[in-house]
Amino acid sequence: MEITLTLNNKKITADVPPDTILLDFLRERGCPSVKCGCETSSCGLCTVLLDEKPVLSCSVLAVRTDGRSVTTLEGLQDEAAEFVGFIADQGAEQCGFCNPGYVMNTIALLRENPDPSDDEVRAYLAGNLCRCSGYEGQTRGIRAFLDARRAGKL
Amino acid sequence: MNRELKSVGKGVRKKDAMQLLLGKPAYLDDITPRDCLVVKVLRSPHAHAVISGINTEFAKKVPGIAAVYTWEDVPQKRFTMAGQTYPEPSPYDRLILDRRLRFVGDAVAIVAGEDERAVNRALRLIRVKYEILPPILDFRAALDNETLVHPEEDWHALCEVGADNKRNLCAKGEEQGGDISAVFADCDVVMERTFHTKAVHQAMMETFRTYTEIDHFGRLHVISSTQVVFHVRRILANALDIPKSKIHVEKPRIGGGFGAKQTVVAEVYPAFVTWKTGRAAKMIYTRKECQTAGSPRHEMEVTVKLGADRDGRIRALDVYTLSNTGAYGEHGPTTVGLSGGKSIPLYTGALEAYRFSYDVVYTNVQSSGAYRGYGATQGIFAVESTVSELAENLGVDPVAIRMKNMVREGQIMPAYQNEPASACTLDRCMLRCAESFGWDEKYPVRFTSDGKIRAAGVAMAMQGSGIAGVDVGSASVKLSEDGFYVLRIAAADMGTGCDTILAQMTAECMDCSVDDVAVFGADTDASPYDSGSYASATTYITGRAVEKACIELKEKICTLAAEMLDCPVSELIFEGRQVVRADGSASVSLADIAVKSMCGSDIALEATSSHSSPVSPPPFMAGMAEIELDPETGTVDILNYKAVVDCGTVINPNLARIQTEGGLVQAIGMALTENIQYDDRGRLSENSLLQYRIPTRLETGRLDVEFAPSYEESGPFGAKSIGEIVINTPAPAIAHAIYRATGHWYRELPILPEKIALDLLRDGKGGK
Ligand code: FES
Ligand code: FES
Repeated sequence: MEITLTLNNKKITADVPPDTILLDFLRERGCPSVKCGCETSSCGLCTVLLDEKPVLSCSVLAVRTDGRSVTTLEGLQDEAAEFVGFIADQGAEQCGFCNPGYVMNTIALLRENPDPSDDEVRAYLAGNLCRCSGYEGQTRGIRAFLDARRAGKL
Repeated sequence: MNRELKSVGKGVRKKDAMQLLLGKPAYLDDITPRDCLVVKVLRSPHAHAVISGINTEFAKKVPGIAAVYTWEDVPQKRFTMAGQTYPEPSPYDRLILDRRLRFVGDAVAIVAGEDERAVNRALRLIRVKYEILPPILDFRAALDNETLVHPEEDWHALCEVGADNKRNLCAKGEEQGGDISAVFADCDVVMERTFHTKAVHQAMMETFRTYTEIDHFGRLHVISSTQVVFHVRRILANALDIPKSKIHVEKPRIGGGFGAKQTVVAEVYPAFVTWKTGRAAKMIYTRKECQTAGSPRHEMEVTVKLGADRDGRIRALDVYTLSNTGAYGEHGPTTVGLSGGKSIPLYTGALEAYRFSYDVVYTNVQSSGAYRGYGATQGIFAVESTVSELAENLGVDPVAIRMKNMVREGQIMPAYQNEPASACTLDRCMLRCAESFGWDEKYPVRFTSDGKIRAAGVAMAMQGSGIAGVDVGSASVKLSEDGFYVLRIAAADMGTGCDTILAQMTAECMDCSVDDVAVFGADTDASPYDSGSYASATTYITGRAVEKACIELKEKICTLAAEMLDCPVSELIFEGRQVVRADGSASVSLADIAVKSMCGSDIALEATSSHSSPVSPPPFMAGMAEIELDPETGTVDILNYKAVVDCGTVINPNLARIQTEGGLVQAIGMALTENIQYDDRGRLSENSLLQYRIPTRLETGRLDVEFAPSYEESGPFGAKSIGEIVINTPAPAIAHAIYRATGHWYRELPILPEKIALDLLRDGKGGK
């Protein structure tokens, strides 16, 4: 099937078999940030934005993106760079494999709710699993960013 | 230390942090070609069977299929997939493909094809006739069962581990000190309790994966997500029956390991395909394969017999462990040792006698392997729970009883190969933990207004730092133009941050900034030999190798500087960015020395050192959990977890803290949610992340981590280890807190809400 979509602000047209999963489609098209950690929509590693809303790309068919816009971390480097340094300062990136997924979801959160509480952060990111960090360092990093921004230090 | 440290002890950012956080390509599937054969394995639907016939004709005819292999195609030489130093203690009991299938998920055939679609079709078209045999699914019934998991004559063990395949025995052993029977006879209190822990999974987010190709020298080039590149090389040579010189292994950035990737789980399949077909190949495990054919923790049943005085002095400990290695013996003989070896010595304080004995048995479930804690986790759950119960029975405060009995700095630990506790602040860890957690306020059971119960529990733990007399760590440090260094290692950063902390040590030694140190590794052709990243060895062992290499490199730099300044080396002082004459009359910059080494020089400004340690100094830790338990549902919420760790000098406080927090949360999962259930045909129900419930960020409670550093003389800058110990306290501390809340001791993990709710219902304390 031929589909046309906007991927990271670029219009592309592709011919895809109808059962192609968006996750595989994106990885094939130069978006290796999109990771796969499960087959049961349980891990959140594959989170991308579809028409600006976070979705699990493992659970979306590529053909469903026809006429829509898909954004991966490759397309949001500047927006991510604003806050991920604070996570690095906690050492919370650890193995890093889950990072793109929760960074994408954090971007979605901050667009929806620019000044969330720690519990709001935890609730929004609840579907993003991480096996390394114990999560608290990620929360501290996001908190440090929010505090710095609120204090006008950015 | 007399000099102020500039890099060591600082929470510097991990060298690759920003790249990883921004999702740049770093992992195996990001950096290897997409255009290669896809490799998959047909897996056994039976727990125990022999292949009586297999027809691959239809499968081979599927368009795009390059190869289909069965047991008839592979070398008939047994090997082990355990990534251990040769000669491996794990028995040689594997073939790449075997005619006998030993668990649901065991490899029946290998299929390689141009794309996943073709391979999946071919997998469905392989016709197999199975002669189904009775499986051994209960590890308590394995020893001397008439069904044998490994009846084959060519099974063999390289080391004396007490293994006997004709008894389903993978290892057996006993050690003791003191007259255990006499001391028990003289004790006021003797308790015996049995505990059961299951084969929980590492569940690293990046599943097992390997890429293989033939390079332009005709060698097998393997890129694998592994903790142990050199062991992979040897194991593949054994499995494929080819010379090691034909194999080159490297690892990219690893997406988590926790010990799982200390076993060569995926590598043999694509390697075999590439060696046979000459074509590049890749195998990526699904999560289901990871769960059903991975290398989880060893299921153990640990029986603790404890003898004490009425005032709580613990005089005798007798630990017996029955360990389930599953279908193959990977890490079977060694993990079990830690269940006693890292639990009994915690009580060196007043201990007069001990015994530790074990059997490790084969069964028809997936093979176990190495998982953070490596047997210590299981043993500590058992011993710590027993000690807490003793305290509760005697009416002694559980913190006080530990203070009375714990190992103290300077003591010789008879149950730890008579090694001294050369650096130990366990007492400080415990006191600080109690103070900061608020033990006195949280220990009493409290009720909330909505009928929930709040309670607290405590535990302590130890681990090792590398394998004494076995592990080898190496580092190569090279000076390059502009005066920057390249550090080459074969330790594997799997998120632990070893690339960064070893660079911090290099920077400290060479008196430069961490940014002046580039890190490379791990690669069997280019890195110096290192046994790999496991057994909490990297900081302690490889770190020391870094120190040694730096000393040697400094001497070489000064030798060249002496030539340049035309003076004796003895008059020179290395000052980091320059080398100066002691009298201040002349100097030469490091950058100039580096340039000089590249023009008309015969001094290589590079040094390689190896290190091995005759001892394995234990890190220590105290942990306290506060829970809130809902008596209606049995749900346990962790409110607070406080941990105080003695890992010796903390090389990077940020990374050590996150290591600790991560280990605590894994252990909370093991204690409360991560279950393993096989049905009567040996099929695992928890075969996905939906069923296998690792903690989300809503289930961790508030974690509070602190350090109480000791100084270990034999470690780099006084460091010991941190990676594994952090997983050992939560299960016993949480089980203790649950006892406080319910009056029930749960001796099997995980402690599920339904167990608690049912017990409380029976007690008349539960729901409606
Ligand atoms: S890959 Fe796990 S949720 Fe998408
Ligand atoms: S950092 Fe490894 S899974 Fe999150």
